[in-house]
Amino acid sequence: MPKAVAETAKQRWERETLEPALQKSPERTAQFTTISGRPVDRLYTPDDLHDVDYVRDINHPGEFPYTRGIHPTGYRGKPWTMRQFAGFGTPEDTNARYKTLLAAGGTGLSVAFDLPTLMGRDPDHELSLGEVGKCGVNVTSLADMETLFDDIHLGEITTSMTINSPAAMIFAMYLAVAEKQGADWKTLSGTIQNDILKEFIAQKEYIFPPRPSMRIITDIFAFCSANVPRWNTISVSGYHIREAGATALQELAFTLRDGLEYVQWGVDAGLDVDDFVPRISFFFNAHSDFFEEIAKYRAARKIWAEAMRDRFRAKNERSWKLRFHSQTAGVSLTAQQPYNNVVRTALQALSAVLGGTNSLHTNSLDEALALPTAEAATLALRTQQVIAHESGVANVVDPLGGSYFVERLTKDMEDGALAYFDAIDRMGGMVEAIERGFPQKEIAESAYKFQQAVERKEKIIVGVNGFVQQNEPPIRILYIDESAAERQLAKLDALKRTRNGDQVARSLDALRAAARTSVNLMPPILDAVRAYATVGEMCDALREVWGEYEEVPII
Amino acid sequence: MARKLRVVIAKPGLDGHDRGAKVIARALRDAGMEVIYTGLRQTPEQIVSAALQEDADVVGLSILSGAHNHIAPRLMQLLREKGLDDVLVVIGGIIPDVDIPKLKEIGVKGIFLPGTPMQDIVDFINTNARARV
Repeated sequence: MPKAVAETAKQRWERETLEPALQKSPERTAQFTTISGRPVDRLYTPDDLHDVDYVRDINHPGEFPYTRGIHPTGYRGKPWTMRQFAGFGTPEDTNARYKTLLAAGGTGLSVAFDLPTLMGRDPDHELSLGEVGKCGVNVTSLADMETLFDDIHLGEITTSMTINSPAAMIFAMYLAVAEKQGADWKTLSGTIQNDILKEFIAQKEYIFPPRPSMRIITDIFAFCSANVPRWNTISVSGYHIREAGATALQELAFTLRDGLEYVQWGVDAGLDVDDFVPRISFFFNAHSDFFEEIAKYRAARKIWAEAMRDRFRAKNERSWKLRFHSQTAGVSLTAQQPYNNVVRTALQALSAVLGGTNSLHTNSLDEALALPTAEAATLALRTQQVIAHESGVANVVDPLGGSYFVERLTKDMEDGALAYFDAIDRMGGMVEAIERGFPQKEIAESAYKFQQAVERKEKIIVGVNGFVQQNEPPIRILYIDESAAERQLAKLDALKRTRNGDQVARSLDALRAAARTSVNLMPPILDAVRAYATVGEMCDALREVWGEYEEVPII
Repeated sequence: MARKLRVVIAKPGLDGHDRGAKVIARALRDAGMEVIYTGLRQTPEQIVSAALQEDADVVGLSILSGAHNHIAPRLMQLLREKGLDDVLVVIGGIIPDVDIPKLKEIGVKGIFLPGTPMQDIVDFINTNARARV
């Protein structure tokens, strides 16, 4: 007969202390779950960490697998970069906003482009109607890029640019401006998002089919290794995956699996892992479920470190260290009682900081209604400054390390992500999984389930399905009129009259020819940019060679 | 037996944020309607042609990018030209308050802002879509 298993300390507590308490006053609900629908227990104790080994799984900061952070001193040396994403209207409008943000103590720039730019369409294309300058700044040619960074020295700041399908063209424009300002490419630092996989999965700003899109990315890896060695060539993004409705676990799993896909394609293109992986960075969402988010970031570092060392045999420690930007969850902002968004954003930002984010964007209170006003954007930046300088959380490295709950959740996140990796590997990789619609279906399912939970009031959103207030006074919002479109159209017209048309045509022919071979596309793109070819013209040249991607909609 | 309501859900413009469009498409389907989702980046011409072809009772647009002032008037004009005046048009998305009267004036019947319960949209469509057998 088997011997009775000894009662654990937690089981004893449950029997002696918990049970009588539950009989007197039952809990509010039978099951408590995170915002992602993951059940959580009422209490975590050392008994919950039986499969976690401190040195193997957590370890000290700055040491493999970096669960507690990549810097031995956390934020004691340098706080995270406060990088506020901004862009609207014309390059002139946005240049003025950047100067305001830098004057207010922002420590890096982050460019939001409008939809025509993101989709590789000039302002005079029929699909650009009503979209120019609305969701970001319109950049049509090198002339606009020169204006965008007028009086801002690219050698002295770091810039992140949220650009994907036309990333190579926009990056080439940035390099050309740096060249004109006399800055050395070797010292330039910043990031292009350049993450096409999450476009197919979630954000849907794709132009070309997956395979040629992946080729542009590996061309950028190779070009930067040789010419712009401090540039972050890709920001593998979970942000948009989460905004589209993914759970925290799905965000983590799909993003890191996208990262592995890029590494695999780089290796297959003949690059050495340690030459390009240190320039890969990540971008996560900072959503509302505080501890789940912290666990997500901690797990991300561990999974990446182990995958780089063990799956790709990377030798350089810098290849093992996952660096990430985070942004508070736009999707959590409410149009109702918008001042509540300041509180939501502060809590989300705090989770990103406690998770060891390397840079952070905090959303503005009015962003469920419009692009932010300058005042709202300043308050969002102040939120980060209060966390950094007043809360004390930046004084200690990974202050939640060792929390039974956080460590359990970190391990569960890791296990869950690895299970998704297995499923995607079995499909043949992420490109194949996307072609089958696998991540898209998973996300749509989670989005619908969450919406149903909100409708049933299983999840309460303050001001929306609980604590509702009638007759709220409206707040002042930024209204972008059509004058930006008119100004951009006039500039495009003038550009086409003054530039050397033959040189533009020759450079576009050279780009088409290069796209048909396997040579690196960055040099012909740089030539076209320097000739003032437009984003639309360069993308059209590639559309002619590669065609356009069309998704089969899944609902 | 009453014919099921036929709803075309469309995402016009360049924006690809389709979470809302897909969630509402599914909610309407679960509420017993016949839903046709057009997919992304549809021009007003394509949407009207889908409405005609699908014999739609309702056209629902999801617009978050700020392009509604261009898209909606064009769509309404094309619907009139095709004799589809009695098709119920609703918009969901980010629409500044100042634009709402203009959209109502050109015949957009329902405008649903962030945070609207799915059930409210279902009820609105059931109440306002043209009655047919």
